Amino acid sequence: MSDKKKYSNIGRSVPRLDAVDKVTGKAVYPQDINLPGMLYGKILWSKHPHAKILEIDTTEAEKLPGVEAIITAKDMPPTKLGFSQDNPPLKGDKVRSLRDEVAAIAAVDEDTAERALELIKVKYKALPAVFDPEEAMKDGAPQIHAEAEGNQNKLHYAFEYGDVNAAKAESDVVVKHRFKLPWVKHCCLAPYSCVASWDGTGKLTMYSPTQIPFLYQRDLANILQIPPSMIRVIQPKIGGAFGSKLDLYPNEVICAVLARKSGRPVMLTYTREEEFKCTPSRQPVIVDIEMGAKKDGTLTFRDVFFILDNGAYTSWGATIPYVLMHSITSLYKCRNIRFDTAIIYTNNIYSGAMRGYGNPQGTFVVERMMDILAEKLGMDALELRLKNCNQPGETTPQGLKITTCGLRECLETVAKRLDWRRKRNQRQKQSGPILHGIGLASFIHVGGGARVYRSDGCGAIVKLDDYGHVTLITGSTEIGTGSETGLAQITAEELGVRTEDVTVINNDTAIKPWDVGIHASRTTFIAGNAARQAAAKVKAKILKTAAELLDEPEDQLDINDRKVYSKRNPEKTSEIGKVIRRAHFREHGETFMAEAFYDPPTEMEDKEYRGNISVTYGFGTQGADVEVDTETGQVRIVKMVIANDVGRAINPVLVEGQLEGGLSMGIGYALLEKLVVEKGEIINPSFLDYKMPTAKDMPPAEIVLVETDDPGGPFGAKGCGEAGTIPTAAAIGNAVANALGFHLFELPMQPEVVLSAIKAQRDKRG
Amino acid sequence: MKHRIKLRVNGQDFEAIVNPKTTLVDLLRDKLGLTGTNKGCGTGECGACTVLMNGSAVNSCLVLAVDAEGAEITTIEGLAHEGHLHPLQQAFVDEGAVQCGFCTPGMILVAKDFLDKNPHPQEEDYKTAISGNLCRCTGYIKIIKAIKRVAESER
Repeated sequence: MSDKKKYSNIGRSVPRLDAVDKVTGKAVYPQDINLPGMLYGKILWSKHPHAKILEIDTTEAEKLPGVEAIITAKDMPPTKLGFSQDNPPLKGDKVRSLRDEVAAIAAVDEDTAERALELIKVKYKALPAVFDPEEAMKDGAPQIHAEAEGNQNKLHYAFEYGDVNAAKAESDVVVKHRFKLPWVKHCCLAPYSCVASWDGTGKLTMYSPTQIPFLYQRDLANILQIPPSMIRVIQPKIGGAFGSKLDLYPNEVICAVLARKSGRPVMLTYTREEEFKCTPSRQPVIVDIEMGAKKDGTLTFRDVFFILDNGAYTSWGATIPYVLMHSITSLYKCRNIRFDTAIIYTNNIYSGAMRGYGNPQGTFVVERMMDILAEKLGMDALELRLKNCNQPGETTPQGLKITTCGLRECLETVAKRLDWRRKRNQRQKQSGPILHGIGLASFIHVGGGARVYRSDGCGAIVKLDDYGHVTLITGSTEIGTGSETGLAQITAEELGVRTEDVTVINNDTAIKPWDVGIHASRTTFIAGNAARQAAAKVKAKILKTAAELLDEPEDQLDINDRKVYSKRNPEKTSEIGKVIRRAHFREHGETFMAEAFYDPPTEMEDKEYRGNISVTYGFGTQGADVEVDTETGQVRIVKMVIANDVGRAINPVLVEGQLEGGLSMGIGYALLEKLVVEKGEIINPSFLDYKMPTAKDMPPAEIVLVETDDPGGPFGAKGCGEAGTIPTAAAIGNAVANALGFHLFELPMQPEVVLSAIKAQRDKRG
Repeated sequence: MKHRIKLRVNGQDFEAIVNPKTTLVDLLRDKLGLTGTNKGCGTGECGACTVLMNGSAVNSCLVLAVDAEGAEITTIEGLAHEGHLHPLQQAFVDEGAVQCGFCTPGMILVAKDFLDKNPHPQEEDYKTAISGNLCRCTGYIKIIKAIKRVAESER
């Protein structure tokens, strides 16, 4: 693109700022911290999925040498955690799942803490439990929370637009199916670890991998019953997050309370097994979906009901319909929508946020149904999508205002690279055990922040030292995506310096301004706009001073490659550092720093779930070319194609990295990954038994970045951190159906599932 | 019963007193302060704790410290030479093969073992070589690109 040339930092694949520390082993993760006198914490988990706690006896454990603190619910204030305030950090009267925290120990080392756990005696009275949300909804099912009748979470998301019944009656074609999607895990390579340290004045420092340092600070203060300003949150390097650190969880509260009780710093690190069993996961859903169309392919209606397994407590997982609804109401044009949910408590692990925030589930059902609808219409699946394609200027039924939209280009690019017109109908000609198929799927996702909280803002401070070196202090958090490098590029571009001139400070609540957190693909967009605004303010101040120095009018000055220059007399230049020193070391001297807080011009969804929660929306299409071995049930991906509207790639290699990583997570969701939960117990809590993709599972991937130059984004950028993972499973599912000639309605499409479906199909045909 | 062991780590001799059940990863991290070796699972399934032991990649969580008696260990901290990154480290930086970074030290060391033993790898060898090392961030694509770059530049 020709307009790229006007930028000197934007659009360049500069290496990540933290890459050298990460390749040399110098990066410090929470588990690497070692404070003087530090103890090690361990949690005693429940032995029952649902039981009354009659007695907890810690006498013997207390006697073990090296045990410095033991805590139970008695040591906790009555405040509960989570979105619905239903999760006590230590359970006193009742346990509701096998991952429930019953007691915790801090000891001189982990071995001692583990031995002490075995010495705690807990008497339970087992209660009947329920693990299937549909069973939990029935009359007479065991009630998990006294205040939640019928195990219905009080959170309820329902949306209606147009006249679904009339549209149904007028449709030429109607299709209806039920889909079931599994529990899956983030699989962060670093197990969850945090360190708590209280100082002599009663201030608490938490070294935490949290994605939401400021909401965390508030929630932790609330439960510890101290003012939020008494808590400092330092975020060491974070070894993977993907939504898994979007809430304040009991382990962090327990760590802080153990440290307070023992009077020493405490580290609490999960084992891999705990990581699998105890951290919130992407929730399983049961979806009934009905869609219709006119003969010419015009979409008429969508009628969708989601049952979400909330598990025993409410974290952000219960709120995912807020975002997944977008795929139901707004992906492709459809003017009659009914969407409803039942969020059901069970005695399973509880659900949380995970990359895509419900949108992989929503997109899967909509995009699989688009293919099924096309089939019934006798229409090409690509044509059906293009006919109903979203476009700029559109306001969707939910009130999303589409500004830039590269969806049509994404669809056409993927189709071309899949050789769609030739390969899509190859099935009829196939023989032998290996069947070929191709499929594609698209998504819509927030790309300009997401107002899921009262403020969707982020603060930034840009400071220049006497030598022209820039420090960006941003409220945002770096979880591995490389957003801090993008922010440095944005700051450098705005100021007219080089990316390497910018240091980013982003991990300490005592220093950085407020930010709502790293989620919803929002950081480059929101924190980028904040950084850009702060940089613009400093730049204006520099130009004002330089005007005196160079004896040129301010409006004739600009900065390029670290130098202020005059546009009309280009020979008049001055190094930024010189301008700053001149202003600094004079009478009534001044220094150069500015701050900005960018809160996007968006609205929260109203009670009817209408509202434009994002400045802009991201779009993209993925295509899958697959082979299905009908003798083994094995699905082999020949290649994947991604075309993604990224607005503008601030750093193309980092953007590709997001899409490639997202893709691997999507491939896992499609073909490999499933937490096997039996009676509330996860029976595959290891990388051996829970199969996330290895290098061998990754197919070749072609990636095309579609740049739509969004007017609201920093230098045109849109968010795309979650994009790569959202449509993958749907694209692969469509390709598998294209190969097989019939449809599967569950994930993952593991070989045994595919094989038994093939057998069932053969039996049906006789 | 504690054991006194001697081993050579990144070219330096060390002596340590360890429990029989202490693993090499814990010795490196807790006693020698070499926290670049990351512990992702403790059961040999993720590869994050990979180090070179007598020139071969091992999961240091599966090696007992007492079995490292007399061994020559290279951790990620020992790879850069006189302030210069090892070519694999440089390639990981340049190719964008690093995201959260937790798997990175293990990936680089397993790649070093691989290239040391297979100077002329075939296409599919790369994937096999790192298939015991998990990465959740990158989809492995840029990691393989980085390793390939080093292999090809040494050709």
